Amino acid sequence: MKRVYVNEKWCLGCHLCEYYCAFASTNKIDMAYALKGIKINPRIRLEEADNISFAVSCRHCSEPLCVKGCITGALTKNDSVIMIDKEKCIGCFTCILSCPYGAVTISEDGVIQKCELCINTQERTHQCVRGCPNGAIVFEERGE
Amino acid sequence: MKYKYVIIGNSIAAVGAVEAIRRNVKDGRIAIISNEKYHVYLRPLISYLLMGKTDENKMKYRDENFYSRNQCELKLNKTATMIDPDKKMVILDDGSDVSYEKLLVCTGSSPVIPPIPGLDKVKYKFAFTTLDDAKALGNVLKENIKVLIIGAGLIGLKCAEGISCCKDVEIISVDLSPKILSSILDDESSEIIRKHLEKNNIKFCLGHRIKEFKDNTAFLDDNSKIRFDVLIMAAGVRPNISLIKDIGGKTNKGIIIDERCQTSVPDIYAVGDCCESLDVSSGESKLMALLPNAYMQGECAGMNMSGADYVFDRAVPMNSISLFGKHIMTAGTYSGQVYYESNGKNYKSLFYSNNKLNGFILIENIEKAGIYVSLIREKNTA
Repeated sequence: MKRVYVNEKWCLGCHLCEYYCAFASTNKIDMAYALKGIKINPRIRLEEADNISFAVSCRHCSEPLCVKGCITGALTKNDSVIMIDKEKCIGCFTCILSCPYGAVTISEDGVIQKCELCINTQERTHQCVRGCPNGAIVFEERGE
Repeated sequence: MKYKYVIIGNSIAAVGAVEAIRRNVKDGRIAIISNEKYHVYLRPLISYLLMGKTDENKMKYRDENFYSRNQCELKLNKTATMIDPDKKMVILDDGSDVSYEKLLVCTGSSPVIPPIPGLDKVKYKFAFTTLDDAKALGNVLKENIKVLIIGAGLIGLKCAEGISCCKDVEIISVDLSPKILSSILDDESSEIIRKHLEKNNIKFCLGHRIKEFKDNTAFLDDNSKIRFDVLIMAAGVRPNISLIKDIGGKTNKGIIIDERCQTSVPDIYAVGDCCESLDVSSGESKLMALLPNAYMQGECAGMNMSGADYVFDRAVPMNSISLFGKHIMTAGTYSGQVYYESNGKNYKSLFYSNNKLNGFILIENIEKAGIYVSLIREKNTA
């Protein structure tokens, strides 16, 4: 299955992926206009320490603990993509407790958010991949 | 009636089993027996139903076509009274029988009714574990009401939160334990949550026992009394093990199962809140009434019932609960050395030994807590 992968060797730690991710979910046309003055809350997050940095987003696991543990049925896996139904989510955060990657976060409206591979955005392509200036984030099949 | 698969119980574990069976095989009829009248719904949401934050439709765990799509026949409002393991048959309370090739028992648990004199005469008393409980309670809630809750554990406190949206309601919780959420919190974290709840107008009477009820008054062991209009019984739950115990299957506090979720009786599996499972963080067999476990055990049983070979040996006790906007997460076993941070509102304790994580308690700052759970689990299964 194709996934978003990050090659930490090429990651510059520039955080641009986070900005592209936050921008994608605004569904606005101009990035500067969309993000000016706001504190972004992206679905991909950079982890960095010492000289190592890499971005982490949902792995869309084949054994998704977040989906299996969801107490509302808000998380489902459809066509290999784990999706969140924000109407059903009540913000119990069992998924945050379940996700071994720390890839589920809290959204502004108190429910959860996670990478949905940009399938509900207007661009419909992975904006973190597109926006990475050093080609460190890729969407590819690695045959796990 | 003859079925390939029979499931007693219609909650999360049953869904896990059905989905696993159908992932594995397309044929073979499934019968699901439930003593309730509902499409599979999410029990943990009943407090949100009281608050109006969800509705009966949203509480459905799976869509309307779930049963037909998976070729399941639902037998609602029926109680399985007995299993005949020789004839491979389940007897129902209406006298009918259902025969199985593989049977799954996921009968859940029932609220403990404390043996207190006078309790039977209390008119408005409710347990708080089912949709019917929540609806019945919802029907009597009104303004200016006094609610007494027996128990300051997860069920009692979520119920308190659910009720608190009523206008001018007075809520008091009595518990034998000197602290709230005593099964998942240590002293300091429990204290932080108690103060937070008290700020939200929940009162506590801790370390006390109710001796007797007379009309709508509870008499406590220190001779104080509490008058109330409505009584909630949230003094814990007991696993429903009798179907297996009655036929000589291995039980302790819960039904004993192996890592393939099989009971000691051939062709009978059991999963969910009615079972004990192995806590990988402590190595002990214990009751772990947790929704994620129920699904994953159900899935494991379903796989094995339909011919696969599947093991579930990764259960870790874990809880994510929010009360009046404060988030609490706990997991694992609280033993070993402690890494500790607290400012009286936010709290973090990490319990570890030999540089490996055994368990944790977090209040707020819950981001990425799943990484901790994963560390606890991997340490013990790697």
